[in-house]
Amino acid sequence: MDTKERLKIKKHIMQCQPPAVRSGNFKEVPNGYTAEEAVEEAKRCIQCKRPYCIEGCPVNINIPAFIKLIEEGDFLGAAKKIKETNSLPAVCGRVCPQEDQCEKVCTVGKRKDTPSVAIGNLERFAADYEAKYGDIHIEINQNKDKKVAVVGGGPAGLTVAGDLCKMGYAVSIYEALHEIGGVLMYGIPEFRLPKEILSRELKVLEDMGVNVFTNEVIGKTFNVDELLNDRGYGAVFIGTGAGTPKFLNIPGEELNGIYSANEFLTRVNLMRAYNKSEYDTPIKCGKTLVVFGAGNTAMDAVRTALRLGYQDSRIFYRRSRNEMTARIEEVHHAEEEGVKFEFLINPIRFIGDENHNVTAVECERMELGEPDESGRRRPIPIKGSEFIAKIEAAVIAIGTNVNPIVPSSTPGLDLNKRGYIIADENTGKTSKKGVFAGGDIVTGAATVILAMGAGKKAAVAIDKYLETGIW
Amino acid sequence: MYQIIGKKNLGEGINLYNISAPDIALKALPGQFIILRVNKNGERIPITIASSDKNDKTITILVQTLGKTTHLLSELNVGESLVDLVGPLGVPTEIKKFGTVVCIGGGFGTAAIYPIAKAMIAEGNHVISIIGARSKELLLMEDEMKTASSEVLAATNDGSYGTKGIVTDVLRSLIYDKKIQIDRVIAIGPVIMMKAVSDLTKEKSIKTIVSLNPIMIDGTGMCGACRVLVGNKTKFACVDGPDFDGHLVDFDNLMNRLKFYKEEEKTSYDCHMKAHHNLTA
Ligand SMILES: Cc1cc2nc3c(=O)[nH]c(=O)nc-3n(C[C@H](O)[C@H](O)[C@H](O)COP(=O)(O)OP(=O)(O)OC[C@H]3O[C@@H](n4cnc5c(N)ncnc54)[C@H](O)[C@@H]3O)c2cc1C
Ligand SMILES: Cc1cc2nc3c(=O)[nH]c(=O)nc-3n(C[C@H](O)[C@H](O)[C@H](O)COP(=O)(O)OP(=O)(O)OC[C@H]3O[C@@H](n4cnc5c(N)ncnc54)[C@H](O)[C@@H]3O)c2cc1C
Ligand code: SF4
Ligand code: SF4
Ligand code: FES
Repeated sequence: MDTKERLKIKKHIMQCQPPAVRSGNFKEVPNGYTAEEAVEEAKRCIQCKRPYCIEGCPVNINIPAFIKLIEEGDFLGAAKKIKETNSLPAVCGRVCPQEDQCEKVCTVGKRKDTPSVAIGNLERFAADYEAKYGDIHIEINQNKDKKVAVVGGGPAGLTVAGDLCKMGYAVSIYEALHEIGGVLMYGIPEFRLPKEILSRELKVLEDMGVNVFTNEVIGKTFNVDELLNDRGYGAVFIGTGAGTPKFLNIPGEELNGIYSANEFLTRVNLMRAYNKSEYDTPIKCGKTLVVFGAGNTAMDAVRTALRLGYQDSRIFYRRSRNEMTARIEEVHHAEEEGVKFEFLINPIRFIGDENHNVTAVECERMELGEPDESGRRRPIPIKGSEFIAKIEAAVIAIGTNVNPIVPSSTPGLDLNKRGYIIADENTGKTSKKGVFAGGDIVTGAATVILAMGAGKKAAVAIDKYLETGIW
Repeated sequence: MYQIIGKKNLGEGINLYNISAPDIALKALPGQFIILRVNKNGERIPITIASSDKNDKTITILVQTLGKTTHLLSELNVGESLVDLVGPLGVPTEIKKFGTVVCIGGGFGTAAIYPIAKAMIAEGNHVISIIGARSKELLLMEDEMKTASSEVLAATNDGSYGTKGIVTDVLRSLIYDKKIQIDRVIAIGPVIMMKAVSDLTKEKSIKTIVSLNPIMIDGTGMCGACRVLVGNKTKFACVDGPDFDGHLVDFDNLMNRLKFYKEEEKTSYDCHMKAHHNLTA
């Protein structure tokens, strides 16, 4: 098939549960490609001589190679190809902001009339196919007789653990919560990343022999020095994630019915509050809810609210549509499901009733001024534009600050001025001998694939350090 | 995994549990707490560590049976296990030689105050402990408190033992009648009690530490559910506390926040009790 023919094929949009149906359940929204659809979509890749897509992927998956295997019908081969560089393809295919990474630079997409190859969807297809039909067998190198401790079971920690285990190290993950997975478990909802997929990936790790210790808060139960000195770990990787939620710091924020996104999502995801008849952790349901913010967390919160029964679920954002940081697909899905977006709105105070429950929020409208340090146009309030919106609940999704537990209990660990751990970009090495770090605890809130990329590099560096003893 | 080694009913719906928790027992310091789950679909609830035994590798907790989770816990017997137990969480209580320290415990707060009194005495303080209950038989841990204090004063509502009245009556008399120079007060118990104590000591500017008990989920600073207002600033009780300066705490806000899930808690409790009774009937 020549390039011209390939460019004529229409992009295969992944089928989804209809919006009216899915806004009432927690099942996954897109259905996944059928094998025929995947092969057809794979044909759209023109196998560029200079594949920009590879450079666009933070872990440099050999994208044309795996897509070619899909086109040839060798789906298991495709999955294997991806796994050479990415250990959690079923997750990344679903949650990567592809439009800003691999698909952003795809040559096909750069042409006027042809959208980018659906790289993420194809990656997801291959991973799901392998999970269903493959016989996943992972080669593990000979025992290296050295132990590594991984602190935090999010994407960064899971990647380090998997890679080092394959190299033959004895790896233990210490996780503060009662389940591992990090944000993949407690933050990203079931309708976007089914827990089953995560459990599948976690099982692979456990089958490989990674020890998982839940309910261990490093810095409290043990600290990093004890792991290194008393427990015999040759190296420690810190991947504890971003941490404590930011609040708006406006009057009335302590009223009942106002949640941080982390609390709202943790109740529903980790504690399964949506399944009232079987789980004990409660969540309130009502009709009107507003989410402040416009990132992935905000989209997850607002769509979760909708599914809990808040029919009038809205996003209030202080900037404009162009500045939203969420994945485009999530914004589309939210809009289809009936979420209302209101831009250039800033909350001033919350208003409550005699029972201390929130009943309304006062806001002001904003207009865009000159660009600020981040290059985004700064919103400025319009005088006299204040208005009051009646609400029953509010979710604050404006980001996180660093969690202090590990940094403050680990002497010798250098931090930047915002409190995040300073680690070398290429190796994850910190200022403390034997201690590596990566993921959100180094970069601040970022993405799954960047956390995994950091984990990959750290695994290589840890191996080198343990082999040579040279810091 | 976290096996119950001992269990004792102390009356008033309060049970003492000894739980096997080697890592936590080695680390626990006065003022810290654990979070537990009774079963795999259960809620995470925070409970103060009343004492820990490094040799036995156990911790002791005192739990008041209130709603579904504490009820499920009370149904467990020696030999059975909790699915999850994590800790020790929170910042330990500041233990230093202050001079005269008054330790006040109300209800299950007595369990929390006990290790603090013990540590304060070991540090060379003169420790006056005040414990309260409705009547003599319901006083918790009096003997233990005696070993951990220079003197123990009791208050009972019915006057069957010690002063007739509540713990703040005893504290007021120490301050105003006996004119004792107090260097620090630590009060743990129902929010209303900690508020009353703080109001009283504020008049004389006696530094007062209280241990706050907001609703928690993770206990590691991730969710923000446990936020409290202290000196008009938002603090996370699980990582910044649970100890705070009682003169700065907004107790009304805490009481209001604790009530948020009352309805859901009641439904969940009622359902549980109904199912439980049907099963046992
Ligand atoms: C709601 C939400 C939606 C998101 N959606 C997307 C998306 O669609 N696409 C995307 O790419 N990114 C998304 N992100 C961002 C992405 O999830 C994070 O960047 C990524 O999870 C960071 O990985 P990590 O391994 O560094 O940390 P985390 O995933 O945060 O994991 C850290 C783990 O460490 C544990 N831990 C913390 N402290 C301790 C301690 N002291 N001892 C032991 N364990 C500890 C935590 O409990 C947690 O399990 C989203 C984030 C959120 C919150
Ligand atoms: C730091 C701290 C230390 C504590 N120490 C002790 C102790 O030593 N002994 C003891 O008996 N109790 C202690 N508590 C209180 C204990 O956590 C609650 O009584 C328990 O959670 C009630 O759960 P339930 O399901 O039985 O009752 P529910 O019916 O669910 O709730 C009863 C009341 O308990 C409170 N509560 C409910 N869920 C939580 C939660 N997840 N976290 C905190 N409070 C909640 C609410 O005020 C609620 O109205 C402590 C709380 C904190 C925050
Ligand atoms: S991992 Fe993410 S960026 Fe890389 S190819 Fe897959 S979807 Fe694209
Ligand atoms: S840039 Fe696009 S078309 Fe080119 S190889 Fe990559 S996916 Fe295929
Ligand atoms: S309990 Fe979640 S932050 Fe304190």
